[in-house]
Amino acid sequence: MTVIHERDSNPAAGDADRPVGYGRIQRKEDPRFVRGKGHYIDDLVLPGMLHGAILRAPVAHARLVSIDTTNALAHPKVLAVITGKDLEGLKLAWAPTLSADVQAVLVTDKVRFQGQEVAFVVAEDRYAARDALELIDVEYDVLPPLVDARKALDADAPVIRDEIPGRTDNKIFDWEIGNAAETEALFASADVVVRQEMVYPRVHPAPMETCGAVADFDAVNGKLTLYETTQAPHAHRTLFAIVAGIPEHKIRIVSPDIGGGFGNKVGIYPGYILAVVGSIVTGRPVKWVEDRSENLMSTSFARDYIMEGEIAATKDGKILALRTNVLADHGAFNATAQPTKTPAGFFSIFTGSYDLQAAYCKVTGVYTNKAPGGVAYACSFRVTEAVYLVERMVDILARKLDMDPAELRLKNFIKPEQFPYANKTGWVYDSGNYEAAMRKSMELAGYEDLRREQVEKRAKGELMGIGISFFTEVVGAGPRKHFDIVGLGMADGAELRVHPTGKAVVRISVQSQGQGHETTFAQIVAEELGIPPENIDVVHGDTDQTPFGLGTYGSRSTPVSGGAVALVARKVREKAKLIAAAMLETRPEDLEWEKGRWFVKGDPTAGKTIEDIAMAAHGTMTLPEGIDGNLDAEVTYDPPNLTFPFGAYICVVDIDPGTGHVKVRRFIAVDDCGTRINPMIIEGQVHGGLTDGVGMALMEIIEFDADGNNLGGSFMDYLIPTAMEVPDWETGFTVTPSPHHPIGAKGIGESATVGSPPAIVNAVVDALAPYGVVHMDMPCTPARVWEAMQGRPRPPI
Amino acid sequence: MQISMTVNGNEVTSEIEPRVLLVHYIREVLGLTGTHWGCDTTNCGTCVVLMDGQPVKSCTVLAAMAAGHDIRTVEGLAAGATLDPIQQGFMEEHGLQCGFCTPGMMLTARALLDKNPHPDDIEIRKAISGQICRCTGYATIVRSVQWAAAHPAAAAGAAGEGADEVLDGTDTVVEDVATETQDAEVKA
Repeated sequence: MTVIHERDSNPAAGDADRPVGYGRIQRKEDPRFVRGKGHYIDDLVLPGMLHGAILRAPVAHARLVSIDTTNALAHPKVLAVITGKDLEGLKLAWAPTLSADVQAVLVTDKVRFQGQEVAFVVAEDRYAARDALELIDVEYDVLPPLVDARKALDADAPVIRDEIPGRTDNKIFDWEIGNAAETEALFASADVVVRQEMVYPRVHPAPMETCGAVADFDAVNGKLTLYETTQAPHAHRTLFAIVAGIPEHKIRIVSPDIGGGFGNKVGIYPGYILAVVGSIVTGRPVKWVEDRSENLMSTSFARDYIMEGEIAATKDGKILALRTNVLADHGAFNATAQPTKTPAGFFSIFTGSYDLQAAYCKVTGVYTNKAPGGVAYACSFRVTEAVYLVERMVDILARKLDMDPAELRLKNFIKPEQFPYANKTGWVYDSGNYEAAMRKSMELAGYEDLRREQVEKRAKGELMGIGISFFTEVVGAGPRKHFDIVGLGMADGAELRVHPTGKAVVRISVQSQGQGHETTFAQIVAEELGIPPENIDVVHGDTDQTPFGLGTYGSRSTPVSGGAVALVARKVREKAKLIAAAMLETRPEDLEWEKGRWFVKGDPTAGKTIEDIAMAAHGTMTLPEGIDGNLDAEVTYDPPNLTFPFGAYICVVDIDPGTGHVKVRRFIAVDDCGTRINPMIIEGQVHGGLTDGVGMALMEIIEFDADGNNLGGSFMDYLIPTAMEVPDWETGFTVTPSPHHPIGAKGIGESATVGSPPAIVNAVVDALAPYGVVHMDMPCTPARVWEAMQGRPRPPI
Repeated sequence: MQISMTVNGNEVTSEIEPRVLLVHYIREVLGLTGTHWGCDTTNCGTCVVLMDGQPVKSCTVLAAMAAGHDIRTVEGLAAGATLDPIQQGFMEEHGLQCGFCTPGMMLTARALLDKNPHPDDIEIRKAISGQICRCTGYATIVRSVQWAAAHPAAAAGAAGEGADEVLDGTDTVVEDVATETQDAEVKA
């Protein structure tokens, strides 16, 4: 049964009771999408445009012996075939990654993962470009591949990055945080210690639209216009200036409508660079759009963390300390998209939502013969891995202590009065009321009833599991003094213009991939200025038209650019106040604001609307000193801290004991993202993330065979939930505003992706408790569940 | 080779390579870019169009196979300025986020409602089970189709009267929480 559920307001356009500001309104972007009038990258056709296609390596590790492009070049529709040798001549064979490594644009010396880029064909149409790939002859000298990250540091492991002078092993970094000695002391004296190794397998964001670009280089004025599927257009502009040597003012990045991103569209992939090279070489626009296998096999994967977790606790369930040792598989190049100073992303928030006495974390990053990446798929810079670790460990401790997992969590939560809370790894949590969210979730779930039902079912031999996850996210990177990506500080600009008739345009640096920025950001301006959202145009996705900012990922759009937009609107409001005072012939301090107008304190009839003021600002009246005219403003928002959304999730599963098939019967999600701008959009973000969670926990994995062949390279092999695998989501919320954020908003885009996988796995393990199963690794496929029931839990490769 | 077919009520005739896929024909020859492409293996359903009223995945139909048939794409859903109820429903119930799978989802839903004007949730989920949405988690798509079923004559820009009505008297609305009754058959 479907409920057309209760609403804050009537959503339909033009209704008098529609909110001017926060509340449920329909999305401004939807009319074009439901008519099939979105503008995605592959919809773009430029005059004279050519098509590019990439030849990819069939093996994971091999010396490149030779490439013969003669036959491909002889194809009547082929205009160019570009190889690594050609790029070496242009000094473009290697490009910097987002993690201060380099990545081959086209192979010059050695293939390092299956699917790596070997040659680029430019042809008159997409079919001819594909045909020509078959005409390229490549000879490889196959080398033994390194597939298992656990063997990456063995003395006899093949050295993957032997092009780097002096490199003799596969270690990328060792990184530690916390206090090892204090943690060890607590472990040494604790009543109870539990340990578990767990794998967060390699998965892939797999947005429905693959990555692509159209490069248009104008040789006359030297300007490059690059249309591409990017979540971070400004960062890409700067990086292209560095990579390609094109002056930055001669680069325009346009990010059109994006068919889903989830972090997949943050990095700069070889295909984008090759489209640019193709356009420069041919003098014509070049389109490159990858196919699904290319997307799954070569663009940014996510996770791939092998984690050892340990918890020390008292026998009555007070958690004392948490310790973890992680082996991080980064693939063949270190291309993770994350702040420079955090080689393991924000994994160090693995202390979770609990008040601990000590914590220590060590992460070792290694190269393997796999595609590069690691930070993607709505992970909030690896908070996914951190939450999975701590929430599995807490459940394992609960089992050991024979305590209810909800009770154990409630006993150890950081208390509301402890905020701002400094955890043991350097984060200062802004605000929270964890117990309230947990209790609300338990109430919605009917937790006690579910436990009773479970007892009854177990007595009948039925496998029912109840899993809890409580997560604290850290998002909204971030303060410039702490966070940068390749040297670019993570502050965001915003510009607002109020036109003479009181209509407005706000320009932002972040780029929507479906999150509804055109609606949310208009609502923020509406809330601050009282201009209806339909009278506010949101401009984004074009570096020539928007202020600088670092882009959309890590749930940072509302925490960072949302702050910028609120502040720029307030700046306009203050400017409007001065003009209104002049119009009303009074002092600014005698004015009072109500949404949409300034009026004289004590005399509400004497006021000027924002529309009146906008016209005056552009008119002929003498403006107050210091105001030159117009009603525009711009700001850059450097957030003082990150924001810490949180949530309490409860999952109920039923397992078929005959087949091992896991069915998610119910999923209850209570989220707290601080101030809520559009509840409909928030709910949508949560639903999507919960579905990701079902995918990761039960279905999705990119595995490799011993030869390094990618076993998840198509949608026949990489399984994503359909409508049949997910339940009707049950959502609720609490509101704990961020005290430091201009509007108290914390961000919601990734909460559910971060928080849901451990709830589902905890439920599966709970269901399998009668079989003595304490842990099983994701994905909990029927085969793996069945094996776990036979006492043979199997880790992923 | 020369092919002719009806697309959104219009007769079209083209000279094409025999190997051209229907999705490429629709997008690149006819310029109807509302039909999208998402995989190569008939798994994702982003490319769904209606052929003689039946949903087909146009990435695995040759344009030549569609010759002589009646094709309907997302551009053929609305009647001029008047949206199809399914389009209105997707806007009312947040049935879309990035919009990429949306045309295919709406066409499948249209075909379902043409056969079964009052589907239950399971029937809707089954109908769209050959299609992947990475954004919405499907519940809002189910609600969108239910909205369309409840508003067969919704018009473009209509105020959406009745949108606040609960569809089924047995349903409950709990505070600020969208609680949905579970049906044991859904994921069987």
